[in-house]
Amino acid sequence: MNLLKIAAYTTAIVSASFVATSYAATLDDVKANGAVTCGVSQGLPGFSNPDDQGNWSGLDVDTCRAVAAAVFGDATKANFKPLSAKTRFTALTSGEIDMLPRNTTETLSRDAQHGNFPGVNYYDGQGFMVRKDLGVSSAKELGGAAVCTNTGTTTELNVADYFRSLGLEYTVVAFEKADEVVAAYDAGRCDVYTTDQSGIAAQRTKLADPSAHVILPEIISKEPLGPMVRHGDDQWFDIVKWSLNCMVDAEELGISSANIDEMKGSDNPGIQRILGESGDLGQLLGLPNEFCYSIVKQVGNYGESFDRNVGPDTPLGLSRGLNALWKDGGIMYAAPFR
Amino acid sequence: MAEVQSNVPPKKGGFSLSDTKTRGLIYQALTIAMVVYGIWWIIDNAANNMAAQNIKFGFGFLTTQSGFGIIQSLIDYNESSSYGRVFFVGLLNTLIVALIGCILTTIIGFIVGVGRLSKNWLINKISTIYVETLRNIPLLLQIFFWYNAVLKPLPGPRDVHDKGDQLWFSLSNNGLMIPKPIPEGGFWIVFTIFVLGIIGAIVIKKWAFNRQMATGQQFKTIWTTLGLIIVLPLLAFVVMGSPLHFQPGEMGTFRPNAGFGLNVIPEFIALLLALVAYTSAFVAEIVRAGIQSVSHGQTEASYALGLRPGPTLKLIIIPQAMRVIVPPLTSQYLNLTKNSSLAVAIAYPDLVAVFTGTVLNQTGKAVEIIMMTMLVYLSISLVTSTFMNWYNDRVKLVER
Ligand SMILES: N[C@@H](CCC(=O)N[C@@H](CS)C(=O)NCC(=O)O)C(=O)O
Repeated sequence: MNLLKIAAYTTAIVSASFVATSYAATLDDVKANGAVTCGVSQGLPGFSNPDDQGNWSGLDVDTCRAVAAAVFGDATKANFKPLSAKTRFTALTSGEIDMLPRNTTETLSRDAQHGNFPGVNYYDGQGFMVRKDLGVSSAKELGGAAVCTNTGTTTELNVADYFRSLGLEYTVVAFEKADEVVAAYDAGRCDVYTTDQSGIAAQRTKLADPSAHVILPEIISKEPLGPMVRHGDDQWFDIVKWSLNCMVDAEELGISSANIDEMKGSDNPGIQRILGESGDLGQLLGLPNEFCYSIVKQVGNYGESFDRNVGPDTPLGLSRGLNALWKDGGIMYAAPFR
Repeated sequence: MAEVQSNVPPKKGGFSLSDTKTRGLIYQALTIAMVVYGIWWIIDNAANNMAAQNIKFGFGFLTTQSGFGIIQSLIDYNESSSYGRVFFVGLLNTLIVALIGCILTTIIGFIVGVGRLSKNWLINKISTIYVETLRNIPLLLQIFFWYNAVLKPLPGPRDVHDKGDQLWFSLSNNGLMIPKPIPEGGFWIVFTIFVLGIIGAIVIKKWAFNRQMATGQQFKTIWTTLGLIIVLPLLAFVVMGSPLHFQPGEMGTFRPNAGFGLNVIPEFIALLLALVAYTSAFVAEIVRAGIQSVSHGQTEASYALGLRPGPTLKLIIIPQAMRVIVPPLTSQYLNLTKNSSLAVAIAYPDLVAVFTGTVLNQTGKAVEIIMMTMLVYLSISLVTSTFMNWYNDRVKLVER
């Protein structure tokens, strides 16, 4: 009897302490932490790469800094957590990071299973790189080859689809870390290195002799790369989405970090709205009205970020291509600030 | 509940904190409550978080098509196989490297362990250096070392073979290519005879032992054993018309063609070498300690009884050393098995790499997949320790 009494009493305490857990909004968590925590790659030049002092830079890093600028008015209030392709989604769903700007391809299964995609910051496609002395000029000649790639990527799946649809044999050697993929390819373990074209351009710079390799003409997939956020937090989704849109719309309106303070005086109503001079668009998101001003002032517009990180004057040397604004022949098109 | 209550002394007035038995019960109840609370909290927390993110619990994903290739599989597998099959491919890849690893570790560990006690200066020093170096370098580093040691100096397959070459034995950065044994009809008869031979040899050994115990007469089993296990199956093999042939590898455009010969991938070789080198250093120390635990007086006593060094080692030293060696040896086997999950670093497709890694990444079924993985390692550990405990019971001193 006593035992029962005690057990009942204990159970009562136990259940009483189970106050229904309420899920704090990401924005509140971020504000409480004083910084946005972003999951990034373990080092992909042009997208997210630390220098020898541990300062991160890249297109994806800029996305994170833009959100920090939007929330805090200070682009430096961003922390970076390097993640392998394999572990990135677990880090996001478990709450270890607030967002995942990590050259991640939007796909249906990821959207349904892992989190939401507020937008695209780089339109890409998967390509192949081989050693020149292999004497291969098309991916269709690669039957029987060994292919090095990363585990937990769309790359791994696309390459399987591609060879299967052509009825070609292949072996895939899949590593967790990108640097190990590059090292194994360089050591001759594989005949082919495959990943997103931008990734090839970035990783090629790490090879012993980059000029001994060629990129094959085939592009075998669509890889819209963009940041991810957790399911179930619409406000945070909107904040990330409009931070991206801010950079693209600013470029379209001709606003850059250099001329933004002059632009502030503009009487163009569109410019006034996006910079928070008129209206209360920021407040609708739970942000300061001048959030987009902070982003462009501190991080730059999309074009500036592109040129600084992956553009023609960088080691990656990528041209705008699909990533040009829609009015310049690309598909970068952001909904209006209104 | 009834059992617990029957322990409560039938005392009037019941609840009294000064009663040690009651106090004991309270402590037990609190402990149980805390454990239950802990488990409840974990489950509740996981369930709430999963619900908040719209993640559903279930094992239906195991029948979904995987869509990715795996470099080594012991069972039929391709991109259209299911996630469930990926699980078995990964599991078998883990088991094969662990099994071969444990066998080689034992052999090398025993040799080096005995070597450390050798009176020969060179052997002694080499064994000491082996143990002290390998035991002190982190395993992951050793894995990378062997992978580079295997990959870097070996030629590419195209450098040493021309398209269409038959490969009977080839070592390249594509791995080790050896002929594949292909059994034909009638091979199973030879195999059955071989198994029967082993059983026969064991029976004779038992009989010889019992007879020696009873009558003191010795019976040399070595010749009957050899006859039953080697000569008899060999004879059957010839009589059946050699029902086994070997198929060599075949060079393709870039690498050896799939489906010809037996290719041991460099990732397997590197992982195996690293695991064996690392673990055998620990086993060597265990063996050395085991042998040293048997006092020298035992040897002297044995000699005094007229036993020669061979039987002394076999009948006196080893049985006593084994009871010291076996329990820690078990932990080393378990370590080796668990350490094999570092495979992912060099692209060896073990359970953790393909299932807990890739499948988890693709499906987001974190809870289910981690549960299955934990269950696998737990089962492997339990089976290994059960076997080793059984073996330990056999080798430990029978006190009379
Ligand atoms: N976009 C693809 C591939 C992403 C990916 O992980 N690519 C590799 C190769 S470029 C990478 O980013 N590696 C850098 C790293 O792991 O740090 C996906 O989302 O699955």
